[in-house]
Amino acid sequence: MSKTLIRGAKVLGGAPQDVLIDGQTIAEVGTGLSAEGAEVVEAGGKVLLPGLVDLHTHLREPGREDSETVLTGTRAAASGGYTAVFAMANTFPVADTAGVVEQVYRLGQQHGYCDVQPIGAVTIGLEGRKLAELGAMHESAAGVTVFSDDGKCVDDAVIMRRALEYVKAFGGVVAQHAQEPRLTEGAQMNEGVVSAELGLGGWPAVAEESIIARDVLLAEHVGSRVHICHLSTAGSVEIVRWAKSRGIQVTAEVTPHHLLLTDELVRSYDPVYKVNPPLRTERDVLALREALADGTIDIVATDHAPHPHEDKDCEWAAAAMGMVGLETALSVVQETMVETGLLDWAQVAERMSTKPAEIGRATGHGRPVSAGEPANLTLVDTAYRGAVDPAGFASRSRNTPYEGRELPGRVTHTWLRGKATLVDGKLT
Amino acid sequence: MQRHLISAADLTRDDAVLILDTAEEMARVADRPIKKLPTLRGRTIVNLFFEDSTRTRISFEAAEKRLSADVINFSAKGSSVSKGESLKDTAQTLEAMGVDAVVIRHGASGAPYRLATSGWIDAAVINAGDGTHQHPTQALLDAFTMRRRLIGRDAGLGQDLAGKRITLVGDVLHSRVARSNVDLLHTLGAEVTLVAPPTLVPVGVEQWPCEVSYDLDSTLPKSDAVMMLRVQRERMNAAFFPTEREYSRRYGLDGERMARMPEHAIVMHPGPMVRGMEITAEVADSDRCTVVEQVANGVSIRMAVLYLLLGGNEPAVSHARTAEEK
Repeated sequence: MSKTLIRGAKVLGGAPQDVLIDGQTIAEVGTGLSAEGAEVVEAGGKVLLPGLVDLHTHLREPGREDSETVLTGTRAAASGGYTAVFAMANTFPVADTAGVVEQVYRLGQQHGYCDVQPIGAVTIGLEGRKLAELGAMHESAAGVTVFSDDGKCVDDAVIMRRALEYVKAFGGVVAQHAQEPRLTEGAQMNEGVVSAELGLGGWPAVAEESIIARDVLLAEHVGSRVHICHLSTAGSVEIVRWAKSRGIQVTAEVTPHHLLLTDELVRSYDPVYKVNPPLRTERDVLALREALADGTIDIVATDHAPHPHEDKDCEWAAAAMGMVGLETALSVVQETMVETGLLDWAQVAERMSTKPAEIGRATGHGRPVSAGEPANLTLVDTAYRGAVDPAGFASRSRNTPYEGRELPGRVTHTWLRGKATLVDGKLT
Repeated sequence: MQRHLISAADLTRDDAVLILDTAEEMARVADRPIKKLPTLRGRTIVNLFFEDSTRTRISFEAAEKRLSADVINFSAKGSSVSKGESLKDTAQTLEAMGVDAVVIRHGASGAPYRLATSGWIDAAVINAGDGTHQHPTQALLDAFTMRRRLIGRDAGLGQDLAGKRITLVGDVLHSRVARSNVDLLHTLGAEVTLVAPPTLVPVGVEQWPCEVSYDLDSTLPKSDAVMMLRVQRERMNAAFFPTEREYSRRYGLDGERMARMPEHAIVMHPGPMVRGMEITAEVADSDRCTVVEQVANGVSIRMAVLYLLLGGNEPAVSHARTAEEK
């Protein structure tokens, strides 16, 4: 088997060390390791992290291959430093059967850029009425453990309760897209000062917070774990903090864009800023950063949502919701959390690799950078600073809100079980 | 003046006063036997209407024709738009035909802004109403009507509306007229009060440069002009208010309420009125109600806007005299 020596990397941001990969595993971590028989990567002070894990990705295949495929999406993931992504179920057909989740899983294995762990739909067709065959999806080759109707909220309290209870039998978790549907009919952006002025339908914070409050209480009542997708408001943070203090098994994610952008950007009416849940206020952004720092919010997840150009090159109301995120996530986290002193790199690794792998039970991912562990690794040039150029994206879609914005950090190398998927910023 | 007219908030006080003064000049044209100026001869304007609005469309059309522009009316109904063509493609198609200005009415808030700023087309863009966002020419014609009635046709020239107390009543939440009026009236120095049931006032209104009241009766005696906004009956199905009857009782303007207004105060309505809902026939047909004047003033205002955006630097009136001499 081939050997690779990563020389002089700051492992989790610590003192420079050498890391020797032998085959699929990390053979040794130390200083002055022998390069004999190994290909050498001079890290030169770059930061080495465990391969990133994204609990919330839209790969669009099957059904919307014009916006993304498993191949293009996993290439984007490798470019962004990810070694595992969880693919959301809102495809066409919906991933609500063992057949669809196995197809997506196999495509990921076949392409080999990044492990693809399908998420199964909670209800048939994401319609919120009848439970999908959760057990069958778990027992399939895809081994589904995370279930979500993401894009839609499981708003029926009884269905949500049953789903939470049912998946306990096999250690599953329900990831809730918290959006009270009646409160968000016709919603186009965050409801507040800016929506009042722009005349765009409001998406009030309470529509998210009321569902989270209900679901943490349901999880407590039935003794299940629940995961909250893309938490976006200061009020949601307070509810999750309270739930954790009561010992409720709740985990939560925040997207990079909710850590950086606010609804002031919507004044441009440029649908590149249209996303669900919507961009919120500065106060929410600061509360989310603080919550990610203190652990109330467990992880960063991208909600990578590719859309073809024509779905964004139009008037606001007609545009699709969502932003691509896999290739900019780490840079945004560096900008908002590391350079502000809120997190160090070890904590970033925990929130972007270790914990998402734990929540989704992605075995072999999110492991320590130490001898004997699978060689899923990401090397980051944290000193880099440059403008985001969507033309260079591996994703099939370009709907990034960061075009032209200067951000720090650049992933230069990614290894999936010892195999380089990204070398010097180029996909292999 | 800017190249486009997208929002009343984009106008400075001087811009707005210039438009009102120019509209007075344009109004004189309407008093002549031949109501036509050669100012925009050879210029092409398209009225791009994605929403039905006969009165706004014909008002723009009359203004364009009085300025001798070539006019193309485009209604989205029955066109390629209904077959899924995008706003961008529609606009680019029209521009390829050599259009100098686009007057756009669209159901989506921000559509005119997108058209003006996305690099899709080069033509000037005039917002004729977008979603629940803005309707700047409506606000201008309202201000014009107020200035004439409250200050005077000649005395008003060069003046703003400083100190005038204007009350807007009704469905503020869904109203582009309310948003435009609040912006423009504030710029012109007026004091604005919005009156509506709390359900029909947007969250975030506290940042607007106006007062908000839920009580019509206490506001009326302190108003120089009361503008009634249309309230769609369907709103009661979404629980914005219980019944039409209760709405009328609490927020409708009838003769008795009108009597509480100061003697000089006027009643306005952007139309179309829902008689019996927000306004009784007695009020709508009274001398204090300016609805018909507002329509006439709309043509003058739209002529002024088109002239200032497209007409170049020559003064309108000398053009007019030349035209007459010929």
